[in-house]
Amino acid sequence: MLEHKEIVGEVKVIVFRLKDEEYGVEVGQVKSIEKLEHITRVPRTPKFVKGVINLRGVVTPIIDLRNRFELEESVYSESTRIIIVAVGELEVGLIVDAANDVIDIAVDAIEPPPEVVGGVEAAYLRGVAKLDKRLLILLNLDKVLSTEEIKQLDAIEG
Amino acid sequence: MDMNQYLDMFIEESKEHLQAINANLLLLENDPGNITHVKEIFRSAHTLKGMSATMGFEDMANLTHEAENVLDLIRNQKLMITSDIMDVIFQSVDLIEGMVIDITEGGDGSADVSGPVKKLRAIVAGEFTAESEVAAASAVAIEEEAPAEEQIVAGEQDLDDYALMVLKQSKELGNNLMWITVTLNDNCLLKAARSYMVFDQLESLGEVIKTKPTVEDIENERFETSFEIAYVTMHPADKIRSAILNISEIQDVKIDPIGLKEAQSPVPAVVEKVETAAPVKKEPDAQQAPVRKQAAGGKTIRVDIDRLDILMNLFSELVIDRGRLEQLAREIGKSELQETVEHMSRISGDLQNIILTMRMVPVEQVFNRFPRMIRDLQKDLNKKVNLEIIGAETELDRTVIDEIGDPLNHLLRNSLDHGIESPADRKNAGKPEEGTIVLRAFHSGNHVFIEVKDDGAGINKDRVLKKAIERGIVNPAAADSLTDKQIHELLFAAGFSTAEVISDISGRGVGLDVVKSKIESLGGSVGVESVRGQGTTFLIQLPLTLSIISAMLVQVQDEKYAVPLSSIIETAVFRKDQIMMAHRQKVIDFRGRVVPLVSLQDIFQVPVSDSVQDDEEVAVIIVRKGEKMAGLVVDSFIGQQEIVLKSLGKYLVNVFAISGATILGDGQVALIIDCNALIK
Repeated sequence: MLEHKEIVGEVKVIVFRLKDEEYGVEVGQVKSIEKLEHITRVPRTPKFVKGVINLRGVVTPIIDLRNRFELEESVYSESTRIIIVAVGELEVGLIVDAANDVIDIAVDAIEPPPEVVGGVEAAYLRGVAKLDKRLLILLNLDKVLSTEEIKQLDAIEG
Repeated sequence: MDMNQYLDMFIEESKEHLQAINANLLLLENDPGNITHVKEIFRSAHTLKGMSATMGFEDMANLTHEAENVLDLIRNQKLMITSDIMDVIFQSVDLIEGMVIDITEGGDGSADVSGPVKKLRAIVAGEFTAESEVAAASAVAIEEEAPAEEQIVAGEQDLDDYALMVLKQSKELGNNLMWITVTLNDNCLLKAARSYMVFDQLESLGEVIKTKPTVEDIENERFETSFEIAYVTMHPADKIRSAILNISEIQDVKIDPIGLKEAQSPVPAVVEKVETAAPVKKEPDAQQAPVRKQAAGGKTIRVDIDRLDILMNLFSELVIDRGRLEQLAREIGKSELQETVEHMSRISGDLQNIILTMRMVPVEQVFNRFPRMIRDLQKDLNKKVNLEIIGAETELDRTVIDEIGDPLNHLLRNSLDHGIESPADRKNAGKPEEGTIVLRAFHSGNHVFIEVKDDGAGINKDRVLKKAIERGIVNPAAADSLTDKQIHELLFAAGFSTAEVISDISGRGVGLDVVKSKIESLGGSVGVESVRGQGTTFLIQLPLTLSIISAMLVQVQDEKYAVPLSSIIETAVFRKDQIMMAHRQKVIDFRGRVVPLVSLQDIFQVPVSDSVQDDEEVAVIIVRKGEKMAGLVVDSFIGQQEIVLKSLGKYLVNVFAISGATILGDGQVALIIDCNALIK
């Protein structure tokens, strides 16, 4: 019984850094982590859409998460990574400052998100996990990748 | 028995046979006296019956069986075709189609067939009692010029005397009579299928007179491992034996000659029997021709379409690598390497052509279903229309074929509903009562054109304008300045439908705008021309293929874009002083036409890079959309290349003026420009 509880009670997440905060996405939603390569800009798309890359023959759109969450921009560095995530039929790359850890979090360590964490709107978050001294923000990818918003932005700009 | 592996084959073949039946039924309706059509229908129905029984679809087998009985009477001239009978047969075919669709979708193909079965039985029974003598008499007169053919059905009925009679007749004509015993392997899985193949072979070489057990029992696998056949042929026994042994899972074939000593032809029946038997002896000549034709056309194999798609995808990868190799070879500049790469490029070019043509299918596949639709529709609408199909053999990529059916359907319905007038109106206008709709497909350059042309009333410009103003599509003030062509184009505007009464036929809330957007999503275009009182023509232009296209690669600052060659008229270089201004719009004089310039740098907000210095000249690509032209200003031309179309994915939808992406030789992504969006 105890063992069973342990299996159910933990989620494996990939940890990445954005500005000064640490974020997590569930391993099941991550397809791969890529180094930054040439991105082809796609004109007339929202600012956070950086463009598309050739991911082993598949044209994959790339979003800059800093732009997405309206954080200040920074110059890409050696540690910048693209996390390729798959949600439903969507496959999108997220640009993050660094990605370097995979950890298990107990489900009961996850708390509902406070209204604003690190400047990121609560709607994009699934929760916040406290681990020893670290604070890990879990993303709600469905919301982050919602195409509804793209369409709305189109309407405003167009 | 596990039938799943045969299910796909069954579905495919059933569809083909249904298509054949439909086509022939229509031919027959126009030409009721022509027995060859009935024979074709009968053959397809018979195959359908056998297949469905083997696969265990009882309802379909029952229905086809009854239909077959009626067809049998017709082709033996014992029954005259009336439109009532045609309707019952059409109804049955519809029902069978429904069953096939059900099976395709994973259903068990069951349906209530009692209605049509009862009607079909009534036709058979009614004719037997009332008109058999008349039919027999009339048969004598007709059968000389139109020998009816007799297939397995002859054995289905218990006609011992009759069979003997036939055998005797055949013997006199120098045929060999034999009693064949075929034994199948004990472990044969598909007994019915194997025995069907045996019958098929035998029928191509001679005539099956009788079987034991009956054909129906054999088709339903109600026999152990062997069955017996009374058979008439011109060929020697050895040939027959080897033909049967060629079929796999046959254990043994025993052939005994039939002595006719016991054939005591019953005298009272002679007169009539001779008449009915007469066609049988001629049958081998009559049937051999189509069989040979089948063999010649049979050099094809069925390939799962998914496999073709995979092949195409793999080849696309190869095309990308080819581009990369070509680039590397140029950079390295070693002549041996370059020669090898050039050779490889040539070969892969040939390969590309073959793969692309492999995916091409005749538009016939789509066109085939329209005659039937028009037939049903004109009855509903009380109009008389003749649908003429030209160029059905024109080939298009399968992906296009799959998508083009609905838009065409819509256009045809539109022509029939709005274009063609009622017979009375046509008479008043001095036209023949029967209207004509021409559906024509043809190749031209890298495109396929499909034309839907009617000789109806043409577009009523005033009514179109009035409606467009009512719907707020056109500003009343601007209405007077519109040209005829612009008014016609209004038909494609969203929210427009000219039908005064919303009918079931073409006024279902979707208009021609849906047709237009569908065709444009396929990379094609649609236009309309109309002369009042003389008719309307819709012209659809479609690309030959959707997966690999030729494109011109261009550079704008640091970015590369691909422009499909199909929309390019010409590339040109102009001096800056040749650019003129008209209405605050930059234009150039291109061969005497004033062409507006579109700067890709401005439209796509391309970031300015330092490396490109200002030139005295501008590079322009002249592109067109229908009659209109525009000049796209770029920094330089990179060159022409075969590119593989890739979608931008589901996340980025409706990006302005970008129709997709491709992967270049250096592994980077280049966007493909949708010229249609740039020309207003």
